[in-house]
Amino acid sequence: MPTPSTSGALQIERLVKEYRPGTPVLKSIDLTIAHSGLTSIIGPSGTGKSTLIRCINRLVAPTSGRILLNLAGEQVDMAQLRGAALRRARRHIGMVFQEYNLVERLTVMENLLTGRLGYLSAWRAWRRKFEPEDFAHAHELLAVVGLSAFANQRVDALSGGQRQRVGIARALMQQPSVLLADEPTSSLDPKTSVEIIQLLRDQGVQRNIPVMVNIHDVELARKYSDRIVGMTGGHVVYDGPPEGLTEDHLNTIYGGKAWLA
Amino acid sequence: MSAPAIQPLAPPATNPATSAFRWGWGQKLTLWVVVLYGVWTLSTLGLSSERLAAGWEQGARFIGRMFPPEMGKMDELWQGIKETLQIAVLATVLGIALSLPVGVLAASNLSPAPLRLAGRALIALCRALHPVISAILFVKAVGFGPLAGILALVVATVGFVGKLFADAIEEISPKPIEAIRATGASFANVVLFGVLPQVASRFVGFATYQLDSNLRNSTMVGIVGAGGIGGALFAAFLRYEYSFVCTILATVIAIIVVGELVVNAVRKAMDV
Repeated sequence: MPTPSTSGALQIERLVKEYRPGTPVLKSIDLTIAHSGLTSIIGPSGTGKSTLIRCINRLVAPTSGRILLNLAGEQVDMAQLRGAALRRARRHIGMVFQEYNLVERLTVMENLLTGRLGYLSAWRAWRRKFEPEDFAHAHELLAVVGLSAFANQRVDALSGGQRQRVGIARALMQQPSVLLADEPTSSLDPKTSVEIIQLLRDQGVQRNIPVMVNIHDVELARKYSDRIVGMTGGHVVYDGPPEGLTEDHLNTIYGGKAWLA
Repeated sequence: MSAPAIQPLAPPATNPATSAFRWGWGQKLTLWVVVLYGVWTLSTLGLSSERLAAGWEQGARFIGRMFPPEMGKMDELWQGIKETLQIAVLATVLGIALSLPVGVLAASNLSPAPLRLAGRALIALCRALHPVISAILFVKAVGFGPLAGILALVVATVGFVGKLFADAIEEISPKPIEAIRATGASFANVVLFGVLPQVASRFVGFATYQLDSNLRNSTMVGIVGAGGIGGALFAAFLRYEYSFVCTILATVIAIIVVGELVVNAVRKAMDV
């Protein structure tokens, strides 16, 4: 895929989000994300990590600022898009959620196919007319996430780790140019958390796309990230490689020291 | 550092209770008002013991004239019954089909405020009139016959099922909706794959319940000339053909019972 811009895959400029006027959650965020690599965003609860991720695919509408994104060789400002143009742009942004956000009553295969809904007219969707290559692609992805045997199981019969794999496969069904993950490991046990982060990282490397992950587990972030962004109080207070993240930085990000001992 | 000891709860400041389950003055007043109103109503309507005795006698004569049931008008009976069933089924199918978009429109989690208000207003309008009243209106508007009955029951169905649909949609989990929106899906596709799977089983439940209800109602719209067995029933009353009335009522009861059994079997088979 050609990527003519040299400015990085994702460029966030002076991003502000206020849910209530006068009390910004994001206070002018500037961030440039490279074409590949896993970026972890760490910070205390309520500091705007989820809001930042959700502004990128516009599940949350930013108050001001620019979110420049290279999608299929074209640069768009996600903050300005509306209607059909916004939906077209969203097709290129995969998203993974903390609580998986699967459609519980549908099967694994059906949940994967919902990743293609951006390309399906309502009439075709009503008749369940998915492309044959979508099915083929879904089977490939199920093999990648190790759920080939579960294609026809309803997702409410799966474990948390399995569900998150379905969530990741659904996002990959979009053939995304960017992969976002909002605390993908916070509902999972430590071993599964590692597997999920590795899966996200590997898929980012294989597809040569950037992966942005909100995460609470600092050690996990250190181990698997190419870059760490530390946020507190709506500001970025650390931005650099995991090796550079010191206890002083963590103290600034989270405050207090007792939890570091 | 020792943990602070848990403080015992202070005793309540008020006096200890001396009685329980005591009637409040409001409850006593309500009871007296209801009793007095009942006594006053009975005295003004002239419901004396003689009136009750006369009614009892007439009731016995009426029931006596219903037997043996008339068995010679099977053609008229069958025509009416057939039309009644057609009205019920058609009105249910059309009403449910209309209730789906109305329900989506009226659900606060999917629809912007002005559209939601319009949807809720439409539902309220459909619910406001009893099916008999709307059947009379439709007879005046489109003329005698089953069309008026179908329209009346479609309105009743939208009023009832549309509201249940809207309420069911408002209770769904927003999480899958968010995820499907994030894939770039259109609103229609979000509804098809995010909303409907979450509410489908409840919708089937509402639809079968409404079919049951429409079967009952469709026997009645004929009384005002809107088609079905109700017309034959009303004519039989006017002609004092109580034996035919008996046949019609027995058939209607049988249909309702069989209909309920079928609906229950369907619900059980579909696990809703």
